[in-house]
Parts: sequence; C-alpha cells; structure tokens
Amino acid sequence: MFSSFMVNAWIVGTIVAVVAGAVGFFVVARGSSFAAHALPNGSFAGAAGAALIGIDTLIGLAVCSVLGAVSIALLGRRGRHDVATALVLVLMLALGSLFLSLSSQYAPAVYSLLFGEILGIGSGELAPTAGLAAASLLGLALLYRPLLLSSVLPEVARARGIGDVAIELGFLIVVALTAAMTIPVVGTLLVFTVMIGAPAAARSVVSRPAHAIALSVAIALATVWGAIALSYDTNYPVGFYVGTISAGCYLLGRLAGARRGSARAPRAAATALET
Amino acid sequence: MTVLHHIVEPGFFGSAPVHRALLVGTIAALVAGPLGVFTVLRGQSFAGEALGDIGTTGGSGAYLVGVGPLWGFLVFNVAAVTVMELIGVQRRRGRDLATGVVLGSGLGLAALFLYLDATHQSTTGTTVTVLFGSLFSVSATTVPIAIGVAAAVLALLLVVGRPLLLACTNAELASARGIPVRLVGYVYLLALSLAVALCALTIGSILSTALLVGPAASALRVSSRPGPAIAAAAVLGVAATWVGVLLAYDSYAWPPHGQGWPLSFFVVSLVLVIYLACGAVSHVARGRRAAPTLVAG
Repeated sequence: MFSSFMVNAWIVGTIVAVVAGAVGFFVVARGSSFAAHALPNGSFAGAAGAALIGIDTLIGLAVCSVLGAVSIALLGRRGRHDVATALVLVLMLALGSLFLSLSSQYAPAVYSLLFGEILGIGSGELAPTAGLAAASLLGLALLYRPLLLSSVLPEVARARGIGDVAIELGFLIVVALTAAMTIPVVGTLLVFTVMIGAPAAARSVVSRPAHAIALSVAIALATVWGAIALSYDTNYPVGFYVGTISAGCYLLGRLAGARRGSARAPRAAATALET
Repeated sequence: MTVLHHIVEPGFFGSAPVHRALLVGTIAALVAGPLGVFTVLRGQSFAGEALGDIGTTGGSGAYLVGVGPLWGFLVFNVAAVTVMELIGVQRRRGRDLATGVVLGSGLGLAALFLYLDATHQSTTGTTVTVLFGSLFSVSATTVPIAIGVAAAVLALLLVVGRPLLLACTNAELASARGIPVRLVGYVYLLALSLAVALCALTIGSILSTALLVGPAASALRVSSRPGPAIAAAAVLGVAATWVGVLLAYDSYAWPPHGQGWPLSFFVVSLVLVIYLACGAVSHVARGRRAAPTLVAG
C-alpha cells in the first residue's frame, strides 16, 4: 500500500484534503454548495478546450474555472444567485461538450476527468498541485477576517463597508483554484464531496470557526486516506469511497449535534466571532 | 427559396429523428418551464441540477441490473428527494447543504456503477451517453413513456400549484391558512424529481437544467405575476428548443464536416441570450416606471 507508485497518491490526497477541508468550511458557512459543485464540474470545459487547442490541461482548467467564478459573481449581482450559478454551469458544460465533439476526444478521458485517477498520478503533477494549493490557502488567509464576518454576520459586514460582490468574487476565485488543482488528480467528484461532507460534519459538532476548520481538515484527511486505502484493497474507484465516507461523517455529525441538544444553539451565534 | 435553404438545411422537415427530437424536446420544455417557475421562486435550482446528476447514478445502476434506464432515473430521483427532505433543514442554506450531501453520495455510487458497467460489459461509451444525452438518438418507444411522466408532473403541479405558490412567497401566511407547507414542499420535490428524470433521460442533464432554470428565470424577470410567468416560461423554453434543434441540424453542414455541433451548445446559448435580454427589458421598464416618481419627489 505504501509502495513507490502509491507515494504520489498519498501526497496529493493529503494536499487535496487539507485545502478542500479549509475552503469547504466557508463553502458550507456561506451556503455556496451549488457554486462548489458548479465550478469543478463546469471547468471540465477548460480541459476539453485545452485538448482542442493543444495546451496544458491544468492551464485550461484554471482559466476556465476562474472565468466561471467571475461570471457567477457578476451575473449573481443582479438577480438570483442560484439561477446565475445554474446558467453559468450549463454554459460551461455545453461549451465542454462542443469542444469534445470538435476534437473527437476519447470517452475514457471524460470518465477519468469526472472521477479522477488518484492512483495513477505522476511525479510531474506534484509541483503544480502543490503550487495551486499554496495559492488557494494564501487567498483564504488573506480573505479570512472579512470572509468570516460576511459569512456569519452579513449585515455587520455590510455596515463595516465590506463589499458583498468583492468578497464573493474573491471567495469564488479561491474555490475555482481549489477545483482546478484537484480535478486532474482526483476528479470533479472527489473535490466537491470533500468540500461539503467534512465541513458540514465539523460544523454540526463545534461552533467556533477556528475549531471547526481544524476539525473539518481532520475529517477530510481521514476521509481521503480511508478512501485511498480501501480503494487500493478492493480495486473499486476512490470516488465511491469518498462519497460514502463523507455521507457517513455527515450523518454521524448530525446525530452528535442533535444529541448535544438545541439548548446551546443561541450561544453558537454569539461565540461564532470570538476567535 | 435559396435564402430559406440557408436557414433550413434540406431534409429538415422530412427527417424522422428530427420529428422525434422536436416532439420530445417540446414535451420536456413544456414540463420544465412551468415547474421551473416554482424552482426559481423557491431557490432550488441546485436541487434541479443535482437530480439530473443523480439520475445518472440511476441510469448506470439500471444498466448494471439490466432494466430500462428510465426506471433507474425515476427510482433514484424519488429516493434522492426523499432523503433531501428528511435531512433538509427548512432554511435555504440548510436545503442547499442537504442537496450537496445527497449529490455527493449519489455521485460516489455513480463512480462505482460506471466502473462496474465498464469492467463487466466493457462499454465505456455509456458514460458519455448517460451524461450528455442526445436528443437525436431518442428511441420511438420512449415517446409514450415521456408523455405519461409529463402528464403526471403537470397533474401534481395542478394539485399543489396554488398552495405551493403561497408557500413560496409567504410561508407564514400559508401555514396560518392551514396549508401543510412541508407536505406541499415534498410534493413539489416529487414533481421535480419526475420531471428531471424525464428531461435528463431524453435531452441530457445539461439541457434539463438549462430548460428548468433559464426560461423560468427569464419569465420572472419580465413578469412577477405567476400565471403569465408560467405561460411565458413554457413558450420561451419551447422556442429555445425548436431554434436549437434547427441550428443543430444545420450544423451538420458546418466544419468539421459531417459531425454536427452538439444540440446542448445551441439551446444553452439561446437560453442565456433570452435571460440577458429579459434582464435588459426589465431594467428599461423599471427605469421608465421610476422616472415620474423621481420628478414628482
């Protein structure tokens, strides 16, 4: 399980889990699940387009997902946010299928793009992944205070002059970078599931943001590591285990949160900003 | 006549696949448009989009056990909305999260089913067919089933339409009037799951989302009254589908030769243009209405 060709899978899985767990906390706090689904899914158009004109897949993914993030933020400024997200997503997917039909790409390539090939990662892919991961985390660190404020107490943030559109745009770009970094190695499926499942579970157990982020990263690590190990043992796809473990974590988190009782719920809002 | 030939490539009106594509596309647009008005009002586009993907899980699962894909789509979608309803918090953010969790585990299952499909039956092409759908390859037997499901969706909508509308716009008033808000919401989700199963199977999950959200959101930009909005959504959806089918048929004469561009590209582009145009129209109309009050004030 720890033989030489598996080392890359463990390294990349760890990077992905850390970034997705941290970014995912804000995805769940802001209710941006749809955008977190749409950006990785839609940036498949970037990969197809890159194949068509013959540039590096990662560049195509990054350009496409950042463009998607900007479009969602701008279209969502006037009008409903979920409508903007849905329309941008279908546009990206339709462009992707256009590129795919023009370049007559081979079907298995689509499968690996959607569901990832974590067990077949080459050493050359480590450096770009680590670089994009660092960029995502740096972006998150820069945005941390205003983002937290606008996620938890949007009215207060607005009163302090933190622009809704600017914060949303910055945050979506961070999500887009995370998506671009993870797709070639783990597929659109794994990144979305980790970004939702782990933080949702963490948030139903702890309420302080810093603790919740730490717990979310820990759960994400456990999910990804467990999935890689099980996939190695059984030969079934990693995505299946990630999806199932994430759902299980969320269920456990909800049960634990329900047992802890609703009596502490009012305190949660008050303590949310202390840290 | 030559001009017409440039707009409509020869053979368009005589081709059986085109007839079927137009028929099935029209049914899908007529169901998706009106239902979409409620989807947009409730802010549940994500659920609509997620069900399209979850249907893929059902489709690939059905392929594995050897039953028709429609049954897989229907069973998985109904199960998915039931789980969403059970774990869903009533607030909008909680609803999105419930959708996300269900979608994540559904996609996980899809990965497994597609893997098993590919290893047991060596048909990797199914991934693409199931995901992107092709209106031009709809089989003749699908048409009566599609009409049946469409009728069921519209019947459900007719039954819960009025209370649902009130529950969307003013939940407190609705429950004060004795409307079971949660039950009405669940019936709406059931209608959504059937409609998306129908659309995703016949026109693919991309177009299913596009026709569900696009025409309805466009209609709601120009009319805030539900009746006209529902009618406008149906008309806009059908128009986008027809023009899209025509363009896709024409594109077989475009480069690269003999391949044709995907229908989804055309319909989605049209839907987006309609949405932006409706936004501009409502902007101008609002500006005109606002002007006199500014002068008076």
